[in-house]
Amino acid sequence: MDLWYMEQHTPNVKFSVKVDKQLYSGMSDFQRIDVFESAEFGRILTLDGFLMLTEKDEFIYHEMIVHVPMCVHPDPKKVLVIGGGDGGAVRELLRYPGIEAIDLVEIDEAVVEVSKKYLPGVASGFSDSRVRCHYQDGLKFIRRVEDEYDIIIVDSTDPFGPGEGLFTKEFYGNCFKALHADGIMVNQHESPYYKDDAYAMQRAHKRIVQSFPYSRVYQAHIPTYPSGHWLFGFASKKYHPVRDADWDRWKKLGIKTRYYNTNLHAGAFALPTYVEELLKDVESEC
Amino acid sequence: MEFFTQDRVPILEALEKMKIARLVPFDVPGHKRGRGNAELTEFLGDKCLSVDVNSMKMLDNLCHPVSVIKEAQELAAEAFKAAHAFFMVGGTTSAVQAMILTACKRGEKIIIPRNVHRSAINAMILCGAVPVYVNPQIDPALGISLGMSLADVRKAIDENPDAKAVFVNNPTYYGICSDIKSIAELAHEHGMMLLADEAHGSHLYFSDKLPAAAMHAGADMAAISMHKSGGSLTQSSILLIGDRVSEGYVHKIINLTQTTSASYLLMVSLDISRRNMALNGAKLVDNIIDMVQYARDEINTIGDYYAYSRELINGDSVYDFDITKLAVFTRSIGLAGIEVYDLLRDEYDIQTEFGDIANILAYVSVGDRLKDIERLVSALSEIRRNYRQTGRKMLKAEYISPIVACPPQEAFYADMESLPIGETAGRICSEFVMCYPPGIPILAPGEIITEEILQYIQYAKKKGCSLTGPESMDIKYLNVMK
Repeated sequence: MDLWYMEQHTPNVKFSVKVDKQLYSGMSDFQRIDVFESAEFGRILTLDGFLMLTEKDEFIYHEMIVHVPMCVHPDPKKVLVIGGGDGGAVRELLRYPGIEAIDLVEIDEAVVEVSKKYLPGVASGFSDSRVRCHYQDGLKFIRRVEDEYDIIIVDSTDPFGPGEGLFTKEFYGNCFKALHADGIMVNQHESPYYKDDAYAMQRAHKRIVQSFPYSRVYQAHIPTYPSGHWLFGFASKKYHPVRDADWDRWKKLGIKTRYYNTNLHAGAFALPTYVEELLKDVESEC
Repeated sequence: MEFFTQDRVPILEALEKMKIARLVPFDVPGHKRGRGNAELTEFLGDKCLSVDVNSMKMLDNLCHPVSVIKEAQELAAEAFKAAHAFFMVGGTTSAVQAMILTACKRGEKIIIPRNVHRSAINAMILCGAVPVYVNPQIDPALGISLGMSLADVRKAIDENPDAKAVFVNNPTYYGICSDIKSIAELAHEHGMMLLADEAHGSHLYFSDKLPAAAMHAGADMAAISMHKSGGSLTQSSILLIGDRVSEGYVHKIINLTQTTSASYLLMVSLDISRRNMALNGAKLVDNIIDMVQYARDEINTIGDYYAYSRELINGDSVYDFDITKLAVFTRSIGLAGIEVYDLLRDEYDIQTEFGDIANILAYVSVGDRLKDIERLVSALSEIRRNYRQTGRKMLKAEYISPIVACPPQEAFYADMESLPIGETAGRICSEFVMCYPPGIPILAPGEIITEEILQYIQYAKKKGCSLTGPESMDIKYLNVMK
């Protein structure tokens, strides 16, 4: 049998993974959720047909979205994760003993349930007493919160579909309001390579620059995402993502990582020239 | 003859049959199902171009409907509980025009609230009807015009027993309804027709949780913007008439100005939307009511903003309120409605229907999603956090009662001169000045220009309102009667 999962990365480019079998398929109130088993990437979670994570390479994404802000902030205690229903970001956060509370705001409870059942290695943190799940629209949740968090992690889907509202100026502005005076927001920032992704990336950057005093972008290599070249946004009220990072303090925590390290942290903010130009283009509009 | 039920869509069915027949088109339109205009077909899609066709035997003809258009109109009449329905392809403007042209000949009077859409006054310029304006009541806090009080209508009728019709907005853009049922009874007692502009009320017909729809309240004619709350294509509309009006005469009036090449895209959109509203309208409207109520509650918890609703009802000038309307008072954060409207679009990528001096209106309809409501509410919350101002001097009223010096037609065709706008106070205006939207004239032909009105125009200009009407596009000059 020849069964392939296929995702269209652009109208002219397809990405495909050979699938052994489909483990789950269901329609939630918000989207279609599927889980596949594959030889190359292990289990694959897709939402509305778009690949969200695979067991083999999810560590890259989750380590980079969590450890970068956690290394910069001197004493993060309370963290908000918006999206992230697979639990990967929560799992990484729970590795820090200083973390006192994690609020996870996921619009679709079904994503959490499916992840718990089919991706136990990713969704391992949900039973921790420090984690509280809120199943509602992130934009609605954040509207009511003021001066509450040290770090906000926006682990969203793409700006088309249920995650749409998480790429808007009103959302970033509300995140600013929800953070303490030295708070940091990190977000899934799309890819700079293909035209449509790059456009979404630029728009998000523009809206963040308008909302935060410091806004930088860093990168990682994620094999199963379109073009493999992925960006994260680092927005902050006070701390510089590299100058204010205390490498030794982080190293002393003794957290074992597979992708992240402090050298890579500093290097991840060095971007290809064409990406810098894309960012500068929208910064000049602000 | 075949008996049609509301699940049928005669025009859609005829177009499907026409497509299967694979006719060779040696008729207009010249793009020949899109083949002759590749760029347009690429942009709109070949499904769309393949049914942009002209009237033919199997598709009937809007100028003289005998088959599928007639059947579709009959279904619409049944759905809206009217004696007859006319499909209109010139917007609700053409439906309003047909109502006034039907009711009034030259020199005949029509009792009409001054906060009408310009299309009503335009119709009077065309036919020479003479308006008897009933000034709407004003809500002094919100600065919006309300409905007509019954006593004011009665007074106008008593003073003008020769008037031919009474015209009612049902509801206004902001959702305000007059006591249309009592006004209809009053009009009929005096042998006058009751005409209703329901540009913002097509959904009223499909829910028992909303104010009375005009035809259900005894109106003789109603202009229904299906393309607003009903979901059909822009420019498509329906004119409803009751059994006191001659269908044949109305048809003749419509044909005076209606195109002879009515668009099947517009007509089929009316047909499909009528079916949708007839079959699912109650549920769809319930959904809109819930969304708007949610938005209102959320907006009112932000602080300062006021999203108003049924609490405005006072039994007279606000006889009822259409709770599907989401109007928000913004002056309380120190910003004019138009300023919030601009911020929403420029900073937050949210396009609302309009902003006036003190309010914005977000149009919520069958096509809205809760996540978009969340965006609107969050953006308003952010605008308050980032742009709120105190201590600004702000104009209050959206509406200034005009002084009418002569009928619109007379003023429109009179000898005139163009003057710098600052020098026009005291003169009789011979053209329109309005903010668009909402398109309710600040000045109409025949009205006296006052200092207060000039001040309002300057203020609206400064705040960024789009002012339209005068020949002088930048409104530096106004045409006045000699």
